[in-house]
Amino acid sequence: MPVVLEVKDLTKIFSLGSLFSRLRIKAVDQISFTVKPAEIFTLAGESGCGKTTTARMILGFEPPTSGEIRYQNRKIEEFQDKKAWFKEVQAVFQNPFETFNPLRKVECYFFETIHNYQLDKEGRKASVLIEEKLQQVGLSLSEIAGKYPGELSGGQLQRASIARSLLTNPFLLVADEPVSMVDASLRMSIVNLFRKLRDSLEVSVIYITHDLATAYYVSDRIGIMFRGNIVETGSVEEVLGKPKHPYTQLLLESIPKPDPQERYKTSITFLEEKEEYLRSGCKFAGRCPEVQEICKQKAPEDISVNGVVVKCHKYIK
Amino acid sequence: MNEVLKAENLQVFYVLETLGEKRIAKAVHGVNLQIPGNEVYGIAGESGCGKTTLLKVLFANIEPPLRAFEGRVYYCVNDKYIDAFSLSAREKRELRWTYISYIPQGSMSAFNPVKKLKVTFLDFLESHVRGKDREELLSLTNHHLKTLGLSPRILDAYPHQLSGGMRQRVAIALSTLLKPRIILADEPTTALDVVAQRAVLQLMQDVQKELQNTIVLVTHDMGIHANIATRMAIMYAGKIMEEGSTEDIFNHPLHPYTQYLIHSLPKIGDKTPRESAPGSPPSLVEPPPGCLFHPRCPQAFPLCSQEVPELVRVNIDHKVACFLRGNNRASCS
Repeated sequence: MPVVLEVKDLTKIFSLGSLFSRLRIKAVDQISFTVKPAEIFTLAGESGCGKTTTARMILGFEPPTSGEIRYQNRKIEEFQDKKAWFKEVQAVFQNPFETFNPLRKVECYFFETIHNYQLDKEGRKASVLIEEKLQQVGLSLSEIAGKYPGELSGGQLQRASIARSLLTNPFLLVADEPVSMVDASLRMSIVNLFRKLRDSLEVSVIYITHDLATAYYVSDRIGIMFRGNIVETGSVEEVLGKPKHPYTQLLLESIPKPDPQERYKTSITFLEEKEEYLRSGCKFAGRCPEVQEICKQKAPEDISVNGVVVKCHKYIK
Repeated sequence: MNEVLKAENLQVFYVLETLGEKRIAKAVHGVNLQIPGNEVYGIAGESGCGKTTLLKVLFANIEPPLRAFEGRVYYCVNDKYIDAFSLSAREKRELRWTYISYIPQGSMSAFNPVKKLKVTFLDFLESHVRGKDREELLSLTNHHLKTLGLSPRILDAYPHQLSGGMRQRVAIALSTLLKPRIILADEPTTALDVVAQRAVLQLMQDVQKELQNTIVLVTHDMGIHANIATRMAIMYAGKIMEEGSTEDIFNHPLHPYTQYLIHSLPKIGDKTPRESAPGSPPSLVEPPPGCLFHPRCPQAFPLCSQEVPELVRVNIDHKVACFLRGNNRASCS
């Protein structure tokens, strides 16, 4: 099966503190995953779990400490320049109000992208191309023409941001928390848009989020990240339907359900992230309800259970 | 009568003057509220519907360009209702944090970054409590943090050394230090991930149980309301559209807008397509005539664009502002 993106043993280490008391934090610790064509792959986890760092490495904003990223069997370093890379892979950011400069008209970004990539070469006029992409996200050029970001709503801006990223006809979109700043009532329109793009344009999406409910709704496969590790990967139905790793179970339990009958029943403990990053065994051992002696000493290996890859001693026989 | 907080016919608008042109944004437009004691009262609605402005008004903190044109807010202090708008600045200061406290949005970023948290706590206590020395105040703080399950060690930390979830919990601890009867919390968990959010909600519930007071919780996240609110109000474009117990709102939503809010939420285990409410929220400067929701309402009929429905009681404990329900003249059900 062809693969759009393959990430192998990707690691990023950040050093904290002064020259003498260096603290090395593995923000991303040897993660591997693949993204298939026309697939939405979700990376989910709590704040500070390394999901944004992973996205930044895929986008080439941050050099990895080790490991490799291959796009259609070519290494990311083989692309001569950033431009060739961004023609294939585009980004959608978290806060649409910060994506666009408030003092520049939104349409400028569209014309600039077309100019940078010389997309109007094939005899098609820039405005026709822009109109086509805007139509795909449910907007039109007349709606955004002459407007500044402050004059559009958050939902409209986020859709404009997605339309801009589609201009180069990318094969892969990296969407970092694309709906967390959009209103709940408009959130579904953005999420539905990703589904539509996957089905009609065969674009693959890496969807990064901490909202598991939208992740379930939109994605095909999911990877749950915790303190730099992917602790569980597999199809979204399997991972979120029958969670194996105790951390996935905790995450699922913590989503406030929109039903007053299903309130939180137990209370949780809350640890600081630095403490967990520096843990030597399983990083979740400090909060895990099923912790064993071995968890505190040795980091668990990946193990396959019913088509799902889990990093947990519980399943090692 | 056990309401701790009452609001009557609030008309509070933003008056904006640019180049001699006057524009009025009707942020809170005819709101009546009766908030009982010992409850978690949720206010839901999308951005720009006036929820935050309503909280500011309830806190009697009205500063230009915000202006109150009509209406009153009453606090129930020692079994007597007092008019919050007529209080002097000194009287307001005395009630704040002892009777009513406010956790504004983004309060976790409001700590002074170059001072240890201890200094912030002491500054705060010294301006609200009289006749106690620093040692006494510090032991009060330590005791309070311990009862909330937070380590007093954090007092020696600088704000940036704590994670967002921790800082938010410290902000809540600070606002509840003097055991207020009412806590107004504005989006206390936005920008936090699900696990940190759960820890914050847990803390708020613990505080409420211990003090038996009232929390007015504003958030757009219906999941949070379902989880901790006991009563709730749905706000849309400056008006309350529906009000009732949380069970009633979630199990029998009456207003088409509430139905959209609840039914558009994705659920794990269900991949059937879900739709958001069509269109976008109305402008508060030029609101549509009639029912404010009618341009987006799939069930709208001609009357909806002509007259404004009143918030009327349809069940013992459930109010709604919609011509389709209740006795709003043309009842078509």
